[in-house]
Amino acid sequence: MPRRDDIHTILLIGSGPIVIGQACEFDYSGTQACRVLREEGYRVVLVNSNPATIMTDPEFADATYVEPLDVETLRRVIENERPDALLPTLGGQTALNLTIELHEAGVLDEFGVELIGARIDAIQTAEDRRRFKAAMQEIGLSVPASGTAYTLEEAMEIAEQVGFPLIVRPSFILGGGGTGIAHDPDEFEGVASRGLAASPVSEILIERSVEGWKEYELEVMRDHADNVVVVCAIENVDAMGVHTGDSITVAPAQTLTDVEYQTMRDAAFACIRRIGVDTGGSNIQFAVNPIDGEMIVIEMNPRVSRSSALASKATGFPIAKIAAKLAVGYTLDEVRNDITRETPASFEPTIDYVVTKIPRWAFEKLPGTTPVLGTMMQSVGEVMAIGRTFLESLQKALRSLETGRMGLNCDPGEAPLDALDLEELVRASAVPTPDRLFEVEAALRKFASVERMHDVTGIDPWFLDQLLQLVEAREELSRIGFAGMSARDWRDAKQLGFADSQLAYLWGVAEAEVRAARTAAGVRVTYKTVDTCAAEFAARTPYHYGTYEDEDEVAPLTRPAVVILGSGPNRIGQGVEFDYCCVHAAFALSEAGYETVMVNCNPETVSTDYDTSDRLFFEPLTSEDVIAVCDALTAAGQVGGGRVEGVVVSLGGQTPLKLASLLADAGHGVLGTSPASIDLAEDRDRFNQLCERLGIPQPPGGIAATAEAAVEVASRIGYPVLVRPSYVLGGRAMEIVYDDTELRRAMGELTVTGSLGREGGLSAERPALVDRFLEDATEVDVDALRDSTGEVLIGGIMEHIEEAGVHSGDSACAIPPPTLDAGVLATIEAHTIALAGALEVVGLLNVQYAVRDRQVWIIEANPRASRTVPFVSKATGVPLAKIAARLMVGESLAELRANGYLREPASGGHVAVKEAVLPFQRFPQVDTILGPEMRSTGEVMGVDRSFGLAFVKSQAAAGNRLPEGGTVFLSLADRDKRLGLLAARRFVELGFALVATAGTAAMLESDGVPVSAVVAKVGEAEGVDAIDLIASGKVDLVINTPRGRGPRADGAHIRRASLQHGVACITTVAAGLAAAQGIEARLEHRPEARSLQEYHRDGQLRLGL
Amino acid sequence: MNREAAQLVLADGEVFEGYLAGARAESGVVAGEVVFNTALSGYQEIVTDPSYAGQIITFTYPHIGNYGVNVDDDESATPRLRGVVMRDLARRPSSWRATDGLDGFFRRNHVSALAGIDTRRLTRHLRDAGAIPGAFGTADAATLLAAARADGGTDGRDLANEVTTREPYLVGPADAPFYVVAYDFGIKTSILRQLVAAGCHVEVVPASTPAADVIAREPDGVFLSNGPGDPSAVDGAIRAVGDLLGEMPVFGICLGHQIMCLALGARTFKLRFGHHGANHPVRRIETGRVEITSQNHNYAVDAESLPEGSVVSHLNLNDGDIEGVQTPGRRCFSVQYHPEAGPGPHDARYLFGEFFDLMREAS
Ligand SMILES: Nc1ncnc2c1ncn2[C@@H]1O[C@H](COP(=O)(O)OP(=O)(O)O)[C@@H](O)[C@H]1O
Ligand SMILES: Nc1ncnc2c1ncn2[C@@H]1O[C@H](COP(=O)(O)OP(=O)(O)O)[C@@H](O)[C@H]1O
Ligand SMILES: [Mg+2]
Ligand SMILES: [Mg+2]
Repeated sequence: MPRRDDIHTILLIGSGPIVIGQACEFDYSGTQACRVLREEGYRVVLVNSNPATIMTDPEFADATYVEPLDVETLRRVIENERPDALLPTLGGQTALNLTIELHEAGVLDEFGVELIGARIDAIQTAEDRRRFKAAMQEIGLSVPASGTAYTLEEAMEIAEQVGFPLIVRPSFILGGGGTGIAHDPDEFEGVASRGLAASPVSEILIERSVEGWKEYELEVMRDHADNVVVVCAIENVDAMGVHTGDSITVAPAQTLTDVEYQTMRDAAFACIRRIGVDTGGSNIQFAVNPIDGEMIVIEMNPRVSRSSALASKATGFPIAKIAAKLAVGYTLDEVRNDITRETPASFEPTIDYVVTKIPRWAFEKLPGTTPVLGTMMQSVGEVMAIGRTFLESLQKALRSLETGRMGLNCDPGEAPLDALDLEELVRASAVPTPDRLFEVEAALRKFASVERMHDVTGIDPWFLDQLLQLVEAREELSRIGFAGMSARDWRDAKQLGFADSQLAYLWGVAEAEVRAARTAAGVRVTYKTVDTCAAEFAARTPYHYGTYEDEDEVAPLTRPAVVILGSGPNRIGQGVEFDYCCVHAAFALSEAGYETVMVNCNPETVSTDYDTSDRLFFEPLTSEDVIAVCDALTAAGQVGGGRVEGVVVSLGGQTPLKLASLLADAGHGVLGTSPASIDLAEDRDRFNQLCERLGIPQPPGGIAATAEAAVEVASRIGYPVLVRPSYVLGGRAMEIVYDDTELRRAMGELTVTGSLGREGGLSAERPALVDRFLEDATEVDVDALRDSTGEVLIGGIMEHIEEAGVHSGDSACAIPPPTLDAGVLATIEAHTIALAGALEVVGLLNVQYAVRDRQVWIIEANPRASRTVPFVSKATGVPLAKIAARLMVGESLAELRANGYLREPASGGHVAVKEAVLPFQRFPQVDTILGPEMRSTGEVMGVDRSFGLAFVKSQAAAGNRLPEGGTVFLSLADRDKRLGLLAARRFVELGFALVATAGTAAMLESDGVPVSAVVAKVGEAEGVDAIDLIASGKVDLVINTPRGRGPRADGAHIRRASLQHGVACITTVAAGLAAAQGIEARLEHRPEARSLQEYHRDGQLRLGL
Repeated sequence: MNREAAQLVLADGEVFEGYLAGARAESGVVAGEVVFNTALSGYQEIVTDPSYAGQIITFTYPHIGNYGVNVDDDESATPRLRGVVMRDLARRPSSWRATDGLDGFFRRNHVSALAGIDTRRLTRHLRDAGAIPGAFGTADAATLLAAARADGGTDGRDLANEVTTREPYLVGPADAPFYVVAYDFGIKTSILRQLVAAGCHVEVVPASTPAADVIAREPDGVFLSNGPGDPSAVDGAIRAVGDLLGEMPVFGICLGHQIMCLALGARTFKLRFGHHGANHPVRRIETGRVEITSQNHNYAVDAESLPEGSVVSHLNLNDGDIEGVQTPGRRCFSVQYHPEAGPGPHDARYLFGEFFDLMREAS
């Protein structure tokens, strides 16, 4: 059946901010869906609160609502747009949950919106674990036996029926707290009672534990004619018990006989049919007992998922795109395979390489957490690598992670583990952690047997034997020695995925020497193609990966080409925003007639979609891999008459920027700002001199390699000071300290023996920076563009809500600046223009300032795209990254203005507020206060006619629902009390009752602000303490600002209780004031839902205020 | 890294360097027609499939042998292929089902293998050049080239006769609803298993069995098996099947399908590089549904040549080749692909049920 023409407008729900477990894979799937549906001639309405996504680009939908994802807002959107259908399966769990809520609220029926893709009943059967189990049993598939208990007696009964070992999961618990595995009745009693106590409703799910079994995932697609195909089978290297999102996974399945695989395929088909996913992709997880092959179904996700993004990138089969086509009526055989162009999509991809995915975690940024992996996902990003063999792909993936490791061994990172003895290594390997694979390798190198390592880790012996082969190869290479390497040896080593830097480490020679000797031996990387069919048909899409084989498949280059370097794995501090910029560059340069080439290793992203750029190299972003790509393209240019114009390094965050000078040294031109200017901005001393010369004030500061030197700097500049290592990102390890003792302690942690020693320690080359901390200053972020003629365009000035000291990535900010006066803005503009000129920026520049009492200090400048570029672009309608890309290839702002590419910003009627989204729900151990170390994983945007309304929306979108009335609980640090008074007054004026802790209450009352109750200190015998109060539901908003440090402080308990009981909690007074303003605005005007297209229309929006 | 260097030389002079695995060929040379198979799993079934007689099989998936071999997954008692080419042979298999490693299996069964070559380059070459003879081993390139050129390929050779059973034998319960005579042109165990599961008591007979001998057995139906090589060379069987068509229900798979079509008067031709894999989409015309199929053939039936009364029941969606034919008037049907799987998807197993139904209608 061809496309349906009884529907015209389709509503798509995005997945909202990037959070752990739901990242930019849904930008990828949503973007594909938007594209496809518009190509098919449908009107697409999109709702997503995340501005840092490609899908929310106004070009991708007919109406794009960057609005909070809740029923109320969606109802308004539906009312405005009257969609005929809703496609709920491409926006992750968020979209599915909202769809159920919309259904339950009767909204879908009221407006006659048809669900396409999956029906309510299918979603509910898949999502409700009990219904799902029953459904599976009905069709004869096994599931882990289980039961639900409310008392210990019930629990013991169920345990007896189910048998040991058991996994206990308390219901309604944050961050998987209270989950445990019990191996016998004694252990069980403890685990079950703890679980019952942990659950607020005293409910636990008791399930047979299949920890240690092999875990598999099948990505399956179905069309409405009931054609079903498997796109990809994924095998987890980490056994059951480690969440698939936290597991190293491999495609295709490696250790299943065809008989077993086909049984699993049959089961997957039975499952998708029984659940009734009408069309689209589903992910079905299985556990297989390694002893006897017993297979059970773990769960099914009736939607596109993280694994489907991986499967799409791993095979070249675009699941989301095809899911969208199937949802509007096509069958699989009616859809063409883009890659071969001659065969249909109704087939099962087959591959002739191995794909490895490795997650990336951020435990070091979340004090209080332990890096132990379990059944809850904790990783913040992932990389994928493709190689002809497992080991090649594994080592490529390890170096793609950018965690300092160049592969499995042979690098400085192996030293700490080498210091452990075998028994210690074996013991360490038994606990799943981010380091486990390295521990296993170290143990194998100390002659632990594959059997023993299998017993302690549950990792399949096939994988372990592969690791052992690498261990042996390392020995062999070290025996042969650098001088003894034959061409065949070089090839063998490279085929195992060894980077030149690993070999250099092994032999103690320079990497450049290794590279020179290797290439002299004629061993060079060759690029193969991802083609869905293992070369059975010719591929039309140049989607490549590097390997060491005979034949290279890079086609001649016939046009001028630009290489764009992506941003690698998502991590805190560097996420989807940078992917957005890279993708924009690809689009803009392609429009300008360039052949675009993307290099990246993050499978979740739009940039790694094979049709985002003209060529895609799925490769690690290390100097070796990137230079090799550039060399190959240069060679391809010599054949085809085309030419590599240069490399874009300034749009993918810090990852590609680091490579700038290495690329230049290798003879590859860097487009835009020169590597010399990039260095200048990064070099503390030279940058200081520059600012001085330009007359731009900086907070006083100095550098120090020892505690004593730091104390000396502090005595010169005065406390408080901000201390940080000079070589890290995202505010890593930054601390504000108020006296000598704290400063000495903070410096201690930065030394090799301190808690941050792993990250390099202190030395004269890597000193700490000690700056005067500007208290109560307003932070301002500026994104600007400069062209090669010297014209500077201020893209956006963002005023932060939280004061300086809260990392810019973690604070909310607004465009246009709500409080800065014209004079300050003019100073900021002037400084920015001067700096852009002095750095000879071509492209983007981000500058951060602190403003206090109308004085402006510069905090830092980055001659690259910043995290805020997409936000500014969505707020103003000016696509900064696209313009930047065009400037980098030599066009000027004037030219772009003349040809209509650069328009005036939309301004005059609306305010946009960005709010950060933090991962505290996942990590209840972590204190929720904000500081100079960035911890947010994502962001949302609220837009409306006033700052207040936009702020309220941003809070709602970030999951912080501000109350309309009720009681505010205030507990403030002394230094916050002055401003706190202002906030408190406003809440009282808005009709709120106030309660406060003793000190805060005294201050408020002394200034005549009524406090209805004084809350006792936590644990005090008398009176209701703060935690009881929050738990009782009598508080609607908590404003608690930190004083003192450490998790034992009262404040930490208050903040945790708010989190646990879902009470909105604000941790700075500035945000408290903004909240009051927002609540007030909301009482005057209902927030409206309005599309970006409307805001941007004609560059101006007149709301008739 | 001490492995014995070996190479593959194709008849057109293309050379691929790797190292020797499996058994050592006495002459140092293994020659045959080189084809590639794109299945991701099921190497044991593939290397024991008699349809590969005369061929050197190249696996496009790089890791082969990961789960070893076991006693249940053989498709025949001994491998009939000439040799195996792959990227990487697992040194340590891992599976609860494994009884040996693939390398051990190769040695026990005197199968020579070549590992470590750029199999993707080889596949792309075969895709463009077509399936051509080649030779691999430790011998020098000139010897290998000569051996490759001397290999006659499969055209015109009755390879089925080389792999068929010498004596008839029985499979399945004697009290099964139907008694079926199965022509063995190189029959796979999975087919027998499926026939038995569908309710057949099967007598497997040599490829040369005359029609009269079959008729004398009074079977409820006749099954024509898969097998190696050029169908037009199996002329005895084509004649025999010609005499059987219309007499009783007939079901053919792969070579059996080609033989049935030849017996109906159609022609066959050689495909450039054939279909060998487990992911080929086939449309069942009756329902419009797509089945993912297991395939292994170098020859196909020419659509133009199908006689009146025969209809195409299944079509390959990749290249439009005929995948199934029915002649309702003569109660016979056949498919080019492998509904028995082994290895591959189970999407088309219903065909064994249809054979059962046809026999029920006939009786
Ligand atoms: N019965 C079980 N025994 C042991 N581990 C389990 C069991 N069920 C699930 N797990 C582990 O927990 C992880 C998450 O469980 P899953 O049901 O897939 O939930 P989610 O919705 O978070 O993906 C799985 O990937 C698996 O490793
Ligand atoms: N001197 C200072 N006074 C007050 N706050 C500061 C000062 N320097 C930095 N900060 C705060 O620390 C945060 C991180 O510092 P920054 O230099 O921007 O590091 P990063 O490179 O990690 O973004 C800033 O966003 C700002 O809030
Ligand atoms: Mg799961
Ligand atoms: Mg900053």
